[in-house]
Amino acid sequence: MSEAPLVSIENLTISLPGNNGGRLFPVRDVSLSIGAGEIVGLAGESGSGKTITALSLLGLLPPGGRMSGHIRFGGQDLLTLRPREMADVRGRDIAMVFQDPMTALHPMLSIEKQLTEHLRHHRGIDARAARTRAIELLELVRIPDAARALKRYPHQFSGGMRQRIAIAIALCCEPQLLIADEPTTALDVTVQAGILRLLQQLRGELGLSVLLITHDMGVMSALSDRVVIMYAGRVVETGTRTDVLQHPRHPYTHSLLGALPHEQGDDMLLQPMRGTPPSIGALPPGCPFHPRCDWAEGRCRDIEPGLRVVEADRGIACVVDPLVGVPA
Amino acid sequence: MQQPVKRAWYALPSLVRFIIRRLAIGVLLCVGVTLVSFTLTQVVPGDPVAASLGDQASSDPETVAAFRQRFGLDKPLPEQYLIYVTNLAQGNFGESLQTRRPVADDLAKYMSATLELSLVAMTIAMLAGVALGIIAAVNRDRWPDQVIRVISLAGVSVPTFWLSLVCLYVFFFQLGWSPGVGRLSPGAAAPMNLTGLYTVDALLTGNWKTLGSALAHLALPAMVLAIYTIGAITRFTRAAMLDAFQQDYVRAARAKGMPERTVVMRHVLRPALASIITVSGMAFGRMLGGAVLVESVFSWPGLGEYAYRSALALDLRAIMGVSLVIAAVYILVNLLVDILYAVVDPRIRLS
Amino acid sequence: MTNAAPATANLHSPTGKLRSAWLQPLGLVGATLLLIMIIAALLAPWILPHEPNAQAFGRFLAPNATNWFGTDQLGRDIFSRVVHGARVSMPYALQLVVMAAVIGTIAGAIAGYFGGWIDGVIMRAADLVMAFPDIILAMAVVAALGPNLFNAVLAVVVVSWPIYARVVRSLILTLRDEPYVQSSRLLGASSGRALWKDIRPNVAGPVVVLAALEYGHAVLILSGLSFLGLGAQPPTAEWGSMVSEGAKYFDKWWMSAFPGLAILVVVLAANFLGDTLRDAFDPKSAKAFR
Repeated sequence: MSEAPLVSIENLTISLPGNNGGRLFPVRDVSLSIGAGEIVGLAGESGSGKTITALSLLGLLPPGGRMSGHIRFGGQDLLTLRPREMADVRGRDIAMVFQDPMTALHPMLSIEKQLTEHLRHHRGIDARAARTRAIELLELVRIPDAARALKRYPHQFSGGMRQRIAIAIALCCEPQLLIADEPTTALDVTVQAGILRLLQQLRGELGLSVLLITHDMGVMSALSDRVVIMYAGRVVETGTRTDVLQHPRHPYTHSLLGALPHEQGDDMLLQPMRGTPPSIGALPPGCPFHPRCDWAEGRCRDIEPGLRVVEADRGIACVVDPLVGVPA
Repeated sequence: MQQPVKRAWYALPSLVRFIIRRLAIGVLLCVGVTLVSFTLTQVVPGDPVAASLGDQASSDPETVAAFRQRFGLDKPLPEQYLIYVTNLAQGNFGESLQTRRPVADDLAKYMSATLELSLVAMTIAMLAGVALGIIAAVNRDRWPDQVIRVISLAGVSVPTFWLSLVCLYVFFFQLGWSPGVGRLSPGAAAPMNLTGLYTVDALLTGNWKTLGSALAHLALPAMVLAIYTIGAITRFTRAAMLDAFQQDYVRAARAKGMPERTVVMRHVLRPALASIITVSGMAFGRMLGGAVLVESVFSWPGLGEYAYRSALALDLRAIMGVSLVIAAVYILVNLLVDILYAVVDPRIRLS
Repeated sequence: MTNAAPATANLHSPTGKLRSAWLQPLGLVGATLLLIMIIAALLAPWILPHEPNAQAFGRFLAPNATNWFGTDQLGRDIFSRVVHGARVSMPYALQLVVMAAVIGTIAGAIAGYFGGWIDGVIMRAADLVMAFPDIILAMAVVAALGPNLFNAVLAVVVVSWPIYARVVRSLILTLRDEPYVQSSRLLGASSGRALWKDIRPNVAGPVVVLAALEYGHAVLILSGLSFLGLGAQPPTAEWGSMVSEGAKYFDKWWMSAFPGLAILVVVLAANFLGDTLRDAFDPKSAKAFR
């Protein structure tokens, strides 16, 4: 990559207050980067830390949360910004689309209000100009009859349309980065494809960078340029989509892909992973995946592996690295 | 329903249909109330005749018979009820046994006094309660919240009649800040009777001196009456706001970069307000009840006093009149609340 | 983690620990106060220096060393009367709450469990009763039955049962469809048994919390009725009627001040306790954080 990435998360560690006065570390020493116009998929099971990593980009941690490390964006380290400055970045330079559009849209504010309020706040334009822009955006996300839609309320739209509206809201101020947290999980399967297609078109039309968070590998493979896999608060594998999904090198990625229904000869195979992901408060010593790993060795219990660059634009966090050259 | 009627019905705007439906239910409820209060007054184990006439007169059969005939007490019950209801429809509430005046007149006079007191108290309570509740919720668990929680808890724990006495003692007797009991100073003339609310009437007729006096007399009882409701509304507002703060759309609003102040006032307050409005209907009902105690101490000639004296004297017509009026007020208030709710929450309006 | 930058957008407050820590002392204070008053009430005849109805002292004495709360118009010691008042107001309020809770729970359970027209009738009755300001309705009932404290309790029970019925009914409606209730019915349990064994444990908690929260209100309304002359009658030393007597001698402030203060303390303590109980039982309000 010749140019500097748009966003670079370096050695991010997040701590939250625990139930008994101690602290929990749902994200430990995570590094990843997103280039301009790139779609990066962030995958992992629930509890892997992917959502809270995304929230940290916006500075929206739960009360009592603290971060260390660096988040470089637009020539600044977001972690050093004051609250007012961070609020300026939110919605304007980095925007987010949440999982459930029914709860993420305000039930009592009109669509126009929800589209224009931050537009007017960040840019100070008047109501008429904001309205024009709002209609533009609704058309961009293919909402029919945009002018009338402005006067309506979220409950009057279907799930798929609500998510499109949410995307329109996110794009209002022309952000450089869009974070999409499980954008299709709450939607019907038939509607999901439409949303994914939309995101792809927007990337093409606007040069938008997208951080796509999902636990659905199908969605990942459909959309991402690069893939980042997280497990128990750490990044365990990164690489291009083709590389990671067709030649996974980390045992976790391998098991994850193997757990998807796939064909082998005439049979449909389903190989579930043994064990369950550890809870953040009770992590195993050393590598967090080793209790469930088929290739675990003694040293896996002693060292928590960091992310190692093994090829150009390819990294894994494993000391054993058993899968070199093995296809998925 | 016939087709053309149906079509006309659905042609009306949804809010109007909403109001009409509610009004219809309200009327039915009122009828129910008349039935219930009529029945209740019949099972009263006391003889209204004896209560009104005293021992000597009631031992004379002729006086008793005349009395019964005058007040229609000698007719069969269902007939009495029907007569009552038809009269009601014409605005005739019957005659009061104690005051010998039409109950309707009594009601009008006493009700406006209570209404004036309650409306002022309710306004104070809503403004103060919502404001305190917002401050408490925004500052959750920090010292403003702790203080407000204790204050509001104290507010709902104070006996109103006692507080009235204490305030009267301190602010009138000792400090002389308040002008004392009653709606106006003794000997002062009431303003021209337009609404029955002295403050409004004085304002409308430009009678500034009376306006000042009426307000001064209103201040202390209204504040005392408001205390309980302030406590209740503060607690409820705080809970409703905290609930709203947990919602996803609040996080989404912050993610848009909206300043916290806007998030609170526009995104959090609005859904909270919806539930607060609902609760305030009930709160007003409770306040009307509490008004009895305040009116008693401040010699405020209100409905509470009237109800109390009627209850003691077993003045059935008056009791029924009071019940009906209170129920009607309550129904009206709830209708208002429902309408306000529909205004605030578009999901109700547009279904 | 030596140089952790504080997270921006730190919403409400530090930790959940502070919140629950604050509530505990208040709940403890409430419980302690109530306990003190209960003990004082129980032991009153033995520990009090003076008889509550004995007209043993000078009339209208201001608070002094012998008569801590002063004396009333008949020369009775007000302190003794106030402490004895606890023996009247507090148990009667408890009686009221228990009766209302029992009646309301049964009504709500029947309405919720059987549904249909029974539900409709019970709930309309509840709505009708709740439509009236409670004191006014209670006044009417007391006037009909005759003014004494027991009738006042009955009157307020008539006015208070709906709130329990509503709560229990909505609880039952949610619980009725729970799998474990349905499976017990499928296994042959009768309605009564299902109600008693499966549903009751889940309903008891919220009802107790509601009763605790209502206790303070019960004390207030009973003393209010007594204040109006519709409850306890003289010479019973009840706080509300003592305030009312004292009101006639306005400048002798101690006659009304102390009984009313007693009411305030008991209700405040009950409300502290009730609040703490409610937060302990309700998972939503206690631990929520985002």
